[in-house]
Amino acid sequence: MIYFHQVNKHYGDFHVLKDINLTIEQGEVVVIIGPSGSGKSTLVRCINRLETITSGELIVDGVKVNDKNTDINKLRRNIGMVFQHFNLYPHKTVLQNITLAPMKVLGVPEKEAKETAMYYLEKVGIPDKANAYPTALSGGQQQRVAIARGLAMKPKIMLFDEPTSALDPETIGEVLDVMKTLAREGMTMVVVTHEMGFAREVADRIVFMDQGRILEEAPPEQFFANPREERARLFLSRILNH
Amino acid sequence: MLDYSILIEHWDMYMQGFANTLKASVLALIGSFAIGTVMAVFRIAPIRPLNWIGAAYVEFIRNIPLILIVFVFFVGLPAIGIRFDSFTAGTLGLTVYTAAFIAEVIRAGILAVPKGQMEAARSSGLTYLQAMWYVILPQAVKIVIPPMGNQFINLVKNSSVLGVIAGLDLMYFGDLISSETFVTFDVYIFVALFYLLLTIPLSLGVGALERRLAKSR
Repeated sequence: MIYFHQVNKHYGDFHVLKDINLTIEQGEVVVIIGPSGSGKSTLVRCINRLETITSGELIVDGVKVNDKNTDINKLRRNIGMVFQHFNLYPHKTVLQNITLAPMKVLGVPEKEAKETAMYYLEKVGIPDKANAYPTALSGGQQQRVAIARGLAMKPKIMLFDEPTSALDPETIGEVLDVMKTLAREGMTMVVVTHEMGFAREVADRIVFMDQGRILEEAPPEQFFANPREERARLFLSRILNH
Repeated sequence: MLDYSILIEHWDMYMQGFANTLKASVLALIGSFAIGTVMAVFRIAPIRPLNWIGAAYVEFIRNIPLILIVFVFFVGLPAIGIRFDSFTAGTLGLTVYTAAFIAEVIRAGILAVPKGQMEAARSSGLTYLQAMWYVILPQAVKIVIPPMGNQFINLVKNSSVLGVIAGLDLMYFGDLISSETFVTFDVYIFVALFYLLLTIPLSLGVGALERRLAKSR
């Protein structure tokens, strides 16, 4: 589904991603962890070309992401994305936030788009907020709307870029619950997070990054019990025992 | 004391001038808002040649006196066979000139919209233009309402440039009445009052809009 081969990325002189090789299968939930500045977010943002790669090969859903003949808008229809700061459209209601892309990108009629939107709002547990504006919602509610917005495009892949980092602790759980449900239903997910409990419970595979490299890839049981890399061990000891 | 007989005796002229000033202002407002928005997007879009066109438009137009731009339409283009009546030439000049300032205002607004908005819109599959139109511009325009109000007020006042080329606006009729009656002070006081009749409600309207939108956020 997602295939990185020898991918490198530079921001000017800064080498953000170094020789990335990573394959993610359909239905897999891959959680990317690592210290800040390690390139986790950049890696995820390359998948839908919010960031462009400098060299190497990146194939998503059978399409070469950085090929100049690729219709990126078409590829992006199949990839939902959830951001750290939600990025809901403040001038639109919750319902309008969710129906915009299905109507304008897929050409779904308004009535059907609204029904789909309501279905996903039920799913994330806040159908009563359909006509509210995002500012009237708590962080956790906003992030659940953002997830519903992504799902309404019926994507094959969902990307999560630190979805709970901007939430206050009380609302983190409700967002993680929605993500867990999604994972159980077989969605292909790539998740950047610091929520180790979530990673341990839901991930099929943990990818540990540091300084732009993938240092370790392992199933969660193995990774958390006995990380192979010294750097991963240090990272885990710091975030788990504080 | 003001000589109100001038106002009463020349009421039709004042009214015609007022109507034309209003008409020129409304047309130029719509036109400059449209051109300004396009130029602002040109300056920001990730396509180099468009950036150059947008930048060239703004830098050339806003650094030339309004009257010269009006002359382009009034005497310049007719010299190569494209003719306008003086009202149209004046309104076109005013539109083109004001658009340069509006472009800068809107550009500032677009840049003030958080980057994540464009990312969210694009990652959902919207094209750049769709993202601009449905997501970025509505927010940008809201942000720039106060400076935009200034531009619109300037536009109404600048429409007096039509008077110079016999554009049948308030200023033109003011000059006409003055030269017929040999009265200066009173005639122009009434002209000024008519301008205020346009600009003060505009000012209040912008203020009200600002407050209403501030609430809806």
